[in-house]
Amino acid sequence: MYKALSLTVANWLSTLGSVGHFLSDVARSLRDVRIWTGLTVEQMRRIGVDSVPIALFISAFTGIVLSMQASYTLTGAVPLYFVGTAVGKGLLLELGPVLTGLVLAGRVGANIAAELGTMKVTEQVDALETLAYDPHSYLVVPRVIAASVMFPIVVAMASALGIVTGWLTAVNMLELSTFEFFKGIKMFYQDKDIWYGLVKSISFGFVIALVGCGMGLSVRGGAEGVGRATTKAVVYGSAMILVLDAVWAVTVL
Amino acid sequence: MISFKDVKKRFDSNVVLDGFSLDVHDGETMVILGYSGTGKSVALKHIVGLLEPDSGQVEVDEQIVHMLDRDGLTQLRSNVGYVFQSSALFDSMTVTENLKLGLKRQRLSDAEIRDRVAASLALVDMEGTEDRFPAELSGGMRKRVGIARAIALHPRYILYDEPTTGLDPVTSAVINQLMIRTREKLGVTGIVVTHDLESAYMVGDRIAMLYHGRIRQVGPVEEIRRTHDPVVRQFLDGRPEAAAEADSGMFRAFR
Repeated sequence: MYKALSLTVANWLSTLGSVGHFLSDVARSLRDVRIWTGLTVEQMRRIGVDSVPIALFISAFTGIVLSMQASYTLTGAVPLYFVGTAVGKGLLLELGPVLTGLVLAGRVGANIAAELGTMKVTEQVDALETLAYDPHSYLVVPRVIAASVMFPIVVAMASALGIVTGWLTAVNMLELSTFEFFKGIKMFYQDKDIWYGLVKSISFGFVIALVGCGMGLSVRGGAEGVGRATTKAVVYGSAMILVLDAVWAVTVL
Repeated sequence: MISFKDVKKRFDSNVVLDGFSLDVHDGETMVILGYSGTGKSVALKHIVGLLEPDSGQVEVDEQIVHMLDRDGLTQLRSNVGYVFQSSALFDSMTVTENLKLGLKRQRLSDAEIRDRVAASLALVDMEGTEDRFPAELSGGMRKRVGIARAIALHPRYILYDEPTTGLDPVTSAVINQLMIRTREKLGVTGIVVTHDLESAYMVGDRIAMLYHGRIRQVGPVEEIRRTHDPVVRQFLDGRPEAAAEADSGMFRAFR
């Protein structure tokens, strides 16, 4: 019992040490600006632009559902223009950033982990080092910066589309006019609604890319190791989003 | 000069290098022979700091590799070309881009980079493949591009990790000739890790036999070929029946 406990603690400490080491390597690599700047632009396209369709797809349906559910919940209790409030607040504060984050944890996190993991097992990461490149400067920093920059942009687009589909649903399927819908949105609007969601998305992008890179570069073994790392990147990335979401809610709202 | 000094390295409970010592002199090609999985590649990775020894040290030009800071290690790596067993070409890049990547770190002009890429590909007879991706090349061609990528850097040292493993005899011979040509034209110091005897005899000035984590015997090619050491003899002759005998107690004193 004691032995098992000490082994678990030792494993946790070892993991913690590895994470700390990885983070300090990444932080140190930031000074290699010449290496990561050009690569970051390409990653912004792959991580950000290529994620737009799936993010918009998710948010379009979320807006519809949110509008219908708000109507179902609020009818008879409060004026129906509160549907606009529910759609606006719900998408800007929570569903836009979190749903997009969770979807991109799958798309982006898995992609990064699989790509870097494959590079690791095929010795491409070692080759990079022998060519005098720090893998953290070349592989990690561009992805983390690109995700941190592009996530809020993707989330902003997704939230905007969600509000539009929510409005279209309200106007066409509920007895609500455009004026009433936007009256509801404006009624409790604060600037914080916008920046809170966007700042949250920056943290989600940062964490998803960082977890994906960390998992990819720590792959051991062959294809099985890559598969394990990919799964972990999605699971840990998603879990981190939910934890961060709670932290932001507790500290900022 | 590259020196291994009493290097010990283990992975979990598996001891790979156990007091490994070896000097590689400037201008020579040293072949490290040994059974599969005996730590030959592990030894090679210590030279460029891909691995750190648990104890002991590896020195390159009198610099202790694991003591170097980040910039020192970058400087050292720019003097060493590394040819990987799997070629390790970047699969998302064309042949030219693979070669250019290392050269960009040397801050050469675009014209110099172009010239170096062309000259390196010519040296390995791979002209015409500039725009092809690694997936479009055969195993032997990938090895040659791997060598071109290493020599494009104009390194002082080239490390070859199993350069002929998995290749047919003709392609192996081509790779052997390439290694000889590279030494003759560029005058680089080479370390070749292999278990291919024909390759070892052809390209090596000296041969070192790695056995149980340390050097069992080292010497000029002809001396090794005539060795009476039972472990080395058994490896050179490829006699499986001698394996148990060679590993028995009477020879343990040699380890």
